[in-house]
Amino acid sequence: MNSETFEPVRQELGKEVDAGLSTIEKTVLSDYKYGFITDIEADEAPKGLNEGTVRFISSKKNEPEWMLEWRLKAFRQWQKMNGHEPKWANLKFPPIDYQDIKYYSAPKQKIKANSLDEVDPELRKTFEKLGISLNEQKRLTGVAVDAVIDSISIGTSFKEQLSELGIIFCSISEAIREHPELIKKYLSTVVPPTDNYFAALNAAVFSDGSFCYIPKGVRCPMELSTYFRINAENTGQFERTLIIAEEGSYVSYLEGCTAPMRDENQLHAAVVELIAMEDAEIKYSTVQNWYPGDKNGLGGIYNFVTKRGICAGNRSKISWTQVETGSAITWKYPSVILKGDYSTGEFYSVAVTNNYQQADTGTKMLHIGKHTKSRIVSKGISAGHSNNSYRGLVHVNRQAENARNYSQCDSLLLGDKCGAHTFPYIEVKNASAVVEHEATTSKIGEDQIFYCNQRGINTETAVALIINGFAREVMNQLPMEFAVEAQKLLAISLEGSVG
Amino acid sequence: MNAVEYYKDQLEQRVLNDSGSGSGLISLRKKAILDFTRWGIPTMKNEEWKYTRITPLLDKLPELPKNGDKQIPFTVQDFQKRQLPGHELANELVFVNGLFNSDLSKLISKEIQVLPIDKMQENGMQEILENHFDHSSKYLQDGIHALNTAFLKDGIFIRVGEDLKVKKPIYIYHITDARASNILSQPRSLVLLEKNAGLQIVETFLALGQPQNLSTESFSNHVIEIVLEKDASLEYYKIQNDELTNGQVSSCHIRQLGKSLVHTVVISLEGGMIRNNLNVVMESERCEAHLYGLYFQHGKTHIDNHTIVDNRKPGCFSNELYKGVLAGESTGVFNGKIFVRQEAQKTNAYQSNKNILLSGKASVNSKPQLEIFADDVKCSHGCTVGQLDDEAFFYLESRGIPKTKARALLVGAFASDIIEHIRISPIREWVEKLLAKRLEIENR
Repeated sequence: MNSETFEPVRQELGKEVDAGLSTIEKTVLSDYKYGFITDIEADEAPKGLNEGTVRFISSKKNEPEWMLEWRLKAFRQWQKMNGHEPKWANLKFPPIDYQDIKYYSAPKQKIKANSLDEVDPELRKTFEKLGISLNEQKRLTGVAVDAVIDSISIGTSFKEQLSELGIIFCSISEAIREHPELIKKYLSTVVPPTDNYFAALNAAVFSDGSFCYIPKGVRCPMELSTYFRINAENTGQFERTLIIAEEGSYVSYLEGCTAPMRDENQLHAAVVELIAMEDAEIKYSTVQNWYPGDKNGLGGIYNFVTKRGICAGNRSKISWTQVETGSAITWKYPSVILKGDYSTGEFYSVAVTNNYQQADTGTKMLHIGKHTKSRIVSKGISAGHSNNSYRGLVHVNRQAENARNYSQCDSLLLGDKCGAHTFPYIEVKNASAVVEHEATTSKIGEDQIFYCNQRGINTETAVALIINGFAREVMNQLPMEFAVEAQKLLAISLEGSVG
Repeated sequence: MNAVEYYKDQLEQRVLNDSGSGSGLISLRKKAILDFTRWGIPTMKNEEWKYTRITPLLDKLPELPKNGDKQIPFTVQDFQKRQLPGHELANELVFVNGLFNSDLSKLISKEIQVLPIDKMQENGMQEILENHFDHSSKYLQDGIHALNTAFLKDGIFIRVGEDLKVKKPIYIYHITDARASNILSQPRSLVLLEKNAGLQIVETFLALGQPQNLSTESFSNHVIEIVLEKDASLEYYKIQNDELTNGQVSSCHIRQLGKSLVHTVVISLEGGMIRNNLNVVMESERCEAHLYGLYFQHGKTHIDNHTIVDNRKPGCFSNELYKGVLAGESTGVFNGKIFVRQEAQKTNAYQSNKNILLSGKASVNSKPQLEIFADDVKCSHGCTVGQLDDEAFFYLESRGIPKTKARALLVGAFASDIIEHIRISPIREWVEKLLAKRLEIENR
């Protein structure tokens, strides 16, 4: 890590030490930074889930008939699965009452905004508080932001610039209306509604999400980004994202989340599908900072996400990078189906859990094509009473000649009341495969702290330094815009946990 | 009638018949019958049995032999043909079809006490029975283990008293004679090593049947529980080299109640379907355990090694190394769990699983698993799947060693890491010979 990015962390920690509180107290006392509620009139569906809800959402989105049929089919599928939530994960939570949730909530706006000036000022303020003002983003970083607040796309920027290149970057509901041929061709080809309980639920009630299409041979000139936010009370957020990279194209996509403070658990069940054609590359980065619940484990987001990409063409590449610091419960396995020959899948993850957070996250690498490669680097950090699990599958098919996998999952434990778990599954059916897996669990060594202390670095800063070093391999994969934020997040989530 | 109903029926009849003998085990057995009926035979839907299918083997409803059955044709001559090397200087305990056979067994070390489990109570060992018996069911919660417990009447208890170091090993033979009919044998034993005691155990499995008939004729469901008190030391060897395609679930459950030493080596060279469970539960500070395993399978055989190391107290050390060579259409499974409980600070626990696939039709499923609740620990696990090194091949071939021999040499070297940990030399030499035979370098 360079000194520039480290500086803010250091200052932040320096301040804390001056306050004279014990470090653990400070962690416990530090409130969720982004916990505020924006007062916007919401247009919402009544609580409960039935065919009517699905029809309501579909009509709200002005969807064509075939889309409604698709949703209803998924809904019926979900009904069949009802009561059969996946139980295999190392997570404990009370049963979710799916009839006690509002499935649609859109910020009320009379006309669709064409420019940022037309966006509701209240909303603009929300973004400013989060430090992601659209103006700021637009002017300084050159990032096109498709801001999603409470399930509806409000403003998009840089759209013209992208459309000149033939890139389609819009909300998925817009894509359903404007580009039905692409949606019909690709939607649910990677994550079918029958895939799992939450994928079925999402397919039935997804409210919005992003759609991105990169035409043949185009290298997307900027990082595409969406900020998700959960806003209205008791509203589940059901995002659906679909990214298609045609032959020889490249795109880097950023997803970041913050959510306001609530006492009741909120459900989030998103689906992300990536499709990479021949020689295409998709890089998908996530910083997830949903509300993790308070220090007693009350509240917090339930995050059940199905993310999967397919390397459909030869020499294609999909890379997932995630920094998971939020959510009371994280259930998330960004996976890659390596179908094309010589295709590559990567997964880089830092998962941090504190207080009573629970994370069960990892990846699946399915080697089908010949000469396919995958790399998994997972870093888990647990503190407080939290539990952090890595669950990963590396599967080498009978036909997948010369497949290569390298996995590394390291855990760091801060405190003796938390848990770190690894559940790697390795299934090899081809004799030419080379698969390696290694995992370690350790704490921050007293000798390391001593070394830093000796050189005038206080314990807090030393811990931040070591943790950043521990996570560095993953942080390096993040685009610049995210790296700074992610490093701050890491420090905030954990400060004072050791010492 | 399906397997669950059939065995339930058989079991209930027998428990009723046994209740007259006043055994304190009745309630335990009744509970086991309930568990068995509830859980049934584990299927692949059970996470612990995800890669191993035993239901078809039990659907053949192999018979449950009981004491008093005279039709077992196994004779002294049969036994003599199958004795392990070094048996002249070893204690030998023989189970035939799951029943202890005292005629074939011999005890030459006075330090060892052997008693049928259902005679423990009348010999004033009620306490030992209550404290130690069936502790394994806390860890092995499935129908197949419950099935064994339900039959535990015919098991034996082995005890080595305080400060006694047994110099001669115990060889335990588990013979399943399926020449007359399909057999389900369920041997059960409990071993207690008291303070500062030392013992070497070798277990081996032999199935007899019509070798030309490749369908499984027998199934053995074996459980041994071993308890170590303070300063005790145990060497446990399990050699699986069945002649027939025999189905087998073999569980070894070791409890370390005091600071003690455990050394285990599990060698699986042959057998149709093998599932090994090995649990080491460390219930005291500063326990030490070394677990080694080698599986070398060919044909259509299946080997599944499940291990659990449960660190419950501070300062324990465990090291685990399992190596596998898979040829033909065989399947290998390794599932190693390490638990480090909150109290178990300063634990060092290591685990490694290395596999070589020799054939395009072989497969391996490995699941090394860590569950850690203490922070001041050093734990690691590693797993590899690969092939023999091309460069090593080239080196040997360039020196005139033909490919087949080079291969045997390299696999032999890979396996020797494990075999060298067998400390009973006649057994080690025998295993080396078996391996060499397998590698076809004997007739060079």
